[in-house]
Amino acid sequence: MSNVQRSIVLDVHALAGAYFAPISLQLGAGEMLCLFGASGSGKSQFLRALVDLELHQGAVFLQDVEQQQMLANLWRRKVAYLPAESGWWAVRVGQHFATQPSSDALASLGLEEAILAREVDGISSGERQRLGLLRLLVQRPQVILLDEPSANLDPDSTLKMEQVIRAYLHEAQAAAIWVSHDPLQRERIADRSMEMPLMQREGAA
Amino acid sequence: MNLIELTALDLGLAALLVVILGGLVALSGLGLTRSLYVSSLRMVLQLLLIGVVLEALFRLNNPWLVLLMGLVMLAVAGWEVVARQKRRLRGGWGYGIGLVAMALPAFSLTVFSLVLLIGVQPWYTPQYAIPLLGMVLGNTMTGIGLGFNRLTMGAAASRREIEAQLLLGYDMRQASRKLRQESLHTAMVPTINMLTVAGIVSLPGMMTGQILAGTSPIEAVKYQILLMFLITSATGFGTMLAIELGTRRLFDERQRLRLDRLQDAK
Repeated sequence: MSNVQRSIVLDVHALAGAYFAPISLQLGAGEMLCLFGASGSGKSQFLRALVDLELHQGAVFLQDVEQQQMLANLWRRKVAYLPAESGWWAVRVGQHFATQPSSDALASLGLEEAILAREVDGISSGERQRLGLLRLLVQRPQVILLDEPSANLDPDSTLKMEQVIRAYLHEAQAAAIWVSHDPLQRERIADRSMEMPLMQREGAA
Repeated sequence: MNLIELTALDLGLAALLVVILGGLVALSGLGLTRSLYVSSLRMVLQLLLIGVVLEALFRLNNPWLVLLMGLVMLAVAGWEVVARQKRRLRGGWGYGIGLVAMALPAFSLTVFSLVLLIGVQPWYTPQYAIPLLGMVLGNTMTGIGLGFNRLTMGAAASRREIEAQLLLGYDMRQASRKLRQESLHTAMVPTINMLTVAGIVSLPGMMTGQILAGTSPIEAVKYQILLMFLITSATGFGTMLAIELGTRRLFDERQRLRLDRLQDAK
């Protein structure tokens, strides 16, 4: 854990949903929290509640503004979520970008500019994951929630992605939650790690 | 102007055709005979019943009875719309939205054409009002049934695509644009096909009926054109309304896609 005093970017108060136990946590500027835990423990549901895509109780503050006080679509631009499998609704890759990414940004993830003209159906799942990340980052979010973003990547691309996200957090003073099942990866990238709390069974003592 | 009356024997011989068809299907083991016979029998009973009802309605010429008849037709049409949904909106929303989306354009456009276009006196004259409403309602029902089914099925099937857009900060209108577009197209295709082939491939039923009854073809054609415009606009307005209301129900005030508001697939 770093000793530097950081300004709080994301403040989560007893956030609870139907499929995960209540969670409270704070994320500072530039901070990366790695989240792990058994599948079915509700990691994705937790991240979906943070972007307000899922019904939930509790409160989430982004730099002192509560989630419900902000328009939902505006909130999702600032608190951005990259699901394990991102969705693509148009035919070609480039049509999914609000702002076209620079060739430098593409190259930093090992992608070539020509990929923007290709059809989504024709690219690999690893390429889709990297493009899904770029698509989020061009909107300059203040918090990024990453659901196993490097699951389909080779070791070299995984390291590149880690560097890109680290650099972004530093440069934008943003914060991140990264779901990762790989202890070595957590050691490389995490400022802090957290295991997903177990859901208390209703009626259990 | 005299219509040749059909005898029971004529109808019996026509029915014999279906009986032969059923026998042939049964022999070939394709197993459709039962539902063929049952729905044929249903058709005969329903039409005989409506014949009796219409005879009474025409004789009494009472506006309230005409309205009651219209409401019964609407309720049945609403039920048909719901029956065609593979994934209905829970809590009666599917039925309610279908009913409202059908009733508003079907009733208002039928009354509009009775009063302002046809100008029959009194405007609720059942010989005009009932067939007109029936044809408008029937087509609107088909359109809304198809469009609404496409909307709810499509929302469930393309959840990932829709949520991807919500996650990038698009609002529900943008995120559902493609879905709404596809739903409207699905709903309108039968109507547009009908307009395209009218008079070439098929002679529309009402026109055929009028010609058989001795009306001059040109007069029958004018009525048919009126009816076509009426059907097209009622189907279009109704479907757009159903898609609008359905979309609002599929998303909530925080622009979440609420598939939990749909029943499980049957």
